[in-house]
Amino acid sequence: MSRRAPAPPAPPAQALAEPASLEPWTLLAPDGTLAEGYRPSLSDEELLAAFRLMLLSRTVDQRAFSLQRQGRLGTFSTVEGQEASVVGSAFALDPARDWVVPQYRELPAMLRQGYPLTRFFLYFRGHPIGNQMPEGVRVLPFQISLAAQIPHAVGLAWGLRQQGSDAAVMTYFGDGASSEGDAHEAMNLAGVRRAPVVFLLQNNGWAISTPVAKQTAAQSFALRAPGYGFPGVLVDGNDLFAVHEAARWAVERARAGEGPTLIEARTYRLGPHNTADDPTRYVDPDELRARRELDPIVRVRAYLRARRLLSEAEEEQLRSQLMDEVNAAVAEAEAHPAADRRHIFEHVYADPPPRVRAQRERATAGEEVR
Amino acid sequence: MTYREALRLALREELARDERVFVMGEEVGVFDGAYKVTAGLLDEFGPDRVRDTPISEEGFVGAGVGAAMLGERPVVEIMTLNFLLVAMDQVVNHAAKIGAMFGGQVRCPLVIRTPNGAGNQLTAQHSQSFDQYFAHVPGLKVVAPATPADAKGLLKSAIRDDDPVLVLENLRIYTEKGEVPLDPEHLTPIGRARVARQGRDLTIVAHSYAVVRALAVAEKLARERGLEAEVIDLRSLRPLDMETVAASVAKTNRALCVEEGWPTYGVTAELAARVQHACFDDLDAPVERLGMAEVPLPYAKSLETAALPNEARLERAALATLELVPA
Repeated sequence: MSRRAPAPPAPPAQALAEPASLEPWTLLAPDGTLAEGYRPSLSDEELLAAFRLMLLSRTVDQRAFSLQRQGRLGTFSTVEGQEASVVGSAFALDPARDWVVPQYRELPAMLRQGYPLTRFFLYFRGHPIGNQMPEGVRVLPFQISLAAQIPHAVGLAWGLRQQGSDAAVMTYFGDGASSEGDAHEAMNLAGVRRAPVVFLLQNNGWAISTPVAKQTAAQSFALRAPGYGFPGVLVDGNDLFAVHEAARWAVERARAGEGPTLIEARTYRLGPHNTADDPTRYVDPDELRARRELDPIVRVRAYLRARRLLSEAEEEQLRSQLMDEVNAAVAEAEAHPAADRRHIFEHVYADPPPRVRAQRERATAGEEVR
Repeated sequence: MTYREALRLALREELARDERVFVMGEEVGVFDGAYKVTAGLLDEFGPDRVRDTPISEEGFVGAGVGAAMLGERPVVEIMTLNFLLVAMDQVVNHAAKIGAMFGGQVRCPLVIRTPNGAGNQLTAQHSQSFDQYFAHVPGLKVVAPATPADAKGLLKSAIRDDDPVLVLENLRIYTEKGEVPLDPEHLTPIGRARVARQGRDLTIVAHSYAVVRALAVAEKLARERGLEAEVIDLRSLRPLDMETVAASVAKTNRALCVEEGWPTYGVTAELAARVQHACFDDLDAPVERLGMAEVPLPYAKSLETAALPNEARLERAALATLELVPA
């Protein structure tokens, strides 16, 4: 059992920073050593759970990619390279009260909230059940329409306040989505109403083939926050601890009624935009090689080894467990009966109008939908 | 040449012909366009003429309106029609109205080109054909080519037009091949429909990918039953060429209107209203309509196919129009 460290100081809000001196906040160096004087607020148990989730995410990416290539899964986006951003922030939430409002690259955050892995595979096999959350799982479904989830998160946060909850909402989006009007309008609204929401912007360097320099002329997305009247924080998105501490601070602010926070987690998309993309056409291989050196999993592993919290043999065993877990979820999803034509008409209207009712009846009778 | 290549050729010819023409949108440069229509244009014309934009549809459609007001000829690519909803205010309240609201002093020669349609398992939010939302608006022109030749001819006409034109491409037709006139001055006029197949028994009115489906069904009806369906390819939704449609219905006395989107308040609703008015004395049967099931499009392949106006449904609707099966 590890000792609980005292809460670390608040991360540097970029409100006060000079743009020229903007450096991401880092607590865990690429070689696995901690910043001087820093003691993680994650317990050793939590840290091992976080590492497990990072590895699970990478395993899902690899397995799902191969299934997609075999025609057994639809187009999806991998998380590869962004595990620290997603897992570090998700671990700042209390799944029993807080909410995750994802875009489409945050599967591990959804899993931590209780979304069953089997549903992920069902979703990308075309089953509506894949987008249904079990009772008590506080996650909105994947949002494929870019940036549309950000205003939803603000509304959800208002709703929770109105219901007397002290819950926080963590919403994820990327550097690309930040250019949509929805992002601006949602952040402005949240600032005005002091909504208990954390805007977790994963700057992974790319929006499909558009590099971040073509997305914004600013040196950091975090700098936008002061313009909305709340703090922005720039963290090293490949540093599990820095992301976690910043998110923890932001969640506490939200709970205390202090309003929203924007966190820019500066990370890197190591894989393609999605399975329909071929990044070798536009990503410089030298850059990619250099970024692979900064793999967030490697960094946590180095720390765990140095602390003797997880040996190589134990990790091997863990990996094989995770592979079994993923294969079981795939098998369960593939054993699910094929979608029925009647499903087309479900969940459209609570009380279907006559025309839709007639179409449903025809489909049920096995006739062509008319 | 494919439909996609025909569009690219139209862009290349117009970029070369008129230096006021420029292309902008998400991923149109380095990435060659989400559906590769703009492939190679960045290398040929450079970053001032082929501009990658941030993901800000309202912003760059609005900027297109501004540039067009100055007399530039922007060709804005929207990754799919679905994303044009985000820029609806700029399209409906600005592009379509500026000419009238400024008393004709400024024009808005803006082109927006974008693929619509379903069939690629892109789910409810990314597979839509709400062509009628735009065809509804006075001040906009809306064209929807169904062949490579018209893809080239209509896009070129759109770029040369002094009014804003929405060019609806279609995901399923990008790979269709056909003869394309290579004369750079060959244009397809906006507002003129085409008789895609001659027939005497029934008129099928369609646009965009529904034309491809209608032609396949017409061939099947001829082969298996000796029935000759005439297929009208609308090509333009606004202005709508009712003369060509009415002449066909006067000949066949029966009309089936098909669209890929939801039929309620749809393109086929407009057509049915106009056909019954123009051809009241010619009709031997009620005008039939066919579109997609009135639901958000499902993701699963089998369900997606069942919900769309697929060939089996289209054939049945044609037979119903001919009163050979119950309506």
